[in-house]
Amino acid sequence: MAQFSWHMPRWFHQMGSPKWFYNFGGLLQPWFALAAVALLTCGMVWGLAFAPADYQQGNSFRIMYVHVPSAILSQSIFLSMAIAGAIGLIWKMKIAFMVARSCIAIGATFTLIALVTGAIWGKPTWGAYWVWDARLTSTLVLLFLYAGVMALNQAISERQIAGKATAILAIVGTINIPIIKYSVEWWNTLHQSSSFSLTEKPSMPAEMYLPLLLTVLGSYFLFGLVVLIRTRSQILQTQNGASWLLQHKDIYGAK
Amino acid sequence: MIRFISAIIRRDLLLVARQPAEMINPLVFFVLVVALFPLGVSPEASLLSQTAAGVIWVAAMLATLLSLELLFKLDHDDGSLEQLLLAPYPSWTLVLAKVFVHWLVSGLPLILISPLIAMMLFLPSEAVPTLMLSLLLGTPTLSLLGAIGAALVTGVRGGGMLLTLLILPLYVPVIIFGASSVAAAAQGMPVDGYMALLAAMFVFALMITPWAAGSALKL
Repeated sequence: MAQFSWHMPRWFHQMGSPKWFYNFGGLLQPWFALAAVALLTCGMVWGLAFAPADYQQGNSFRIMYVHVPSAILSQSIFLSMAIAGAIGLIWKMKIAFMVARSCIAIGATFTLIALVTGAIWGKPTWGAYWVWDARLTSTLVLLFLYAGVMALNQAISERQIAGKATAILAIVGTINIPIIKYSVEWWNTLHQSSSFSLTEKPSMPAEMYLPLLLTVLGSYFLFGLVVLIRTRSQILQTQNGASWLLQHKDIYGAK
Repeated sequence: MIRFISAIIRRDLLLVARQPAEMINPLVFFVLVVALFPLGVSPEASLLSQTAAGVIWVAAMLATLLSLELLFKLDHDDGSLEQLLLAPYPSWTLVLAKVFVHWLVSGLPLILISPLIAMMLFLPSEAVPTLMLSLLLGTPTLSLLGAIGAALVTGVRGGGMLLTLLILPLYVPVIIFGASSVAAAAQGMPVDGYMALLAAMFVFALMITPWAAGSALKL
């Protein structure tokens, strides 16, 4: 029987090198910043100022241009964190743990924004800031999961061990997210179903969902940008004094 | 491997037998928490019987969490955990044995005392078998999921609070189906679906958690 052998491409392993990631991330960073600013500005201005008002909700629906991207990102980031953690565990890559660590705070922030904007929107629409509806509850549980991951990551001072422990918790949490989602859905439902899908024809007019698409994409770039910045700064902390870093005049200053 | 598992089970049971407080404390805690609800909310029978299912499940969950902190801690502190991990058996066997003893010591007594608690909270008597069955299917899942948290916080200062933070969100599905099954039984509705889901969660947890807790122990 022929032996099955398959290797990850070379760039994948290069990602594991702090030097390579630092330099390549530095190249990507301005482009991510540009894309995030351009997409978010266009989407926000379009959505908040020019998109038509909703025939039922009036102008209050416009908070969707902040709420929906945050809600989408809050779940994507948890998944990214678990994937980065799994890569770190499987290929023993320190950089992956740093990426996972960078994800925690920004993911928790997006979850919090989604909850707060949802509450602000819920008051005029449902008549209450908070209801124990399935989606709200599962987002709240997601925030608790982030809080647990963050607490664990900070409680262990040895970076390498903290990275592995966080990765295991993130993976277990990710397996649990769909179970939590479906169990609370069974339990109680009030939130309208998702009106935004890549595969189906949107249920709202183009001038309403195109700005939303822009803000969602812009938020992804913002997430990428923050992860790059935070991961690169962790590289600087751990690699302080490394010979490849000494060549960066902008860090150590011109002598 | 079977001999390894049974040796650990025998050793842990012996340790518990010599220190029975470890077994009694979670039970007292369980009864105490339940007793606080009539004091805090209302002693009225109609209100209590409506909330009984949720109260019993929340209390069972907290009692399980409380006892989970010690799951690996004592062995870690006296160094025997390291020796056990050096044994030529996969680490999930160790986790499985320890979780089994934990459930015998903290989960099973809760199930046995639950009819008494149900009576104190005026839960309709036809819901009591469902309560016991749902606890029988649910508490092993709680112990298994909790083992991941216990393994992760072993050796971390202030682990007890951290363990609660890590694990409670993961308990959400169990409490939903556990408490709803009892509520459904109290209203005379069928509970097969809830039981099937609780059993499915148990089997799934049995597959995943010993591996996850085992790799967390080796960090």
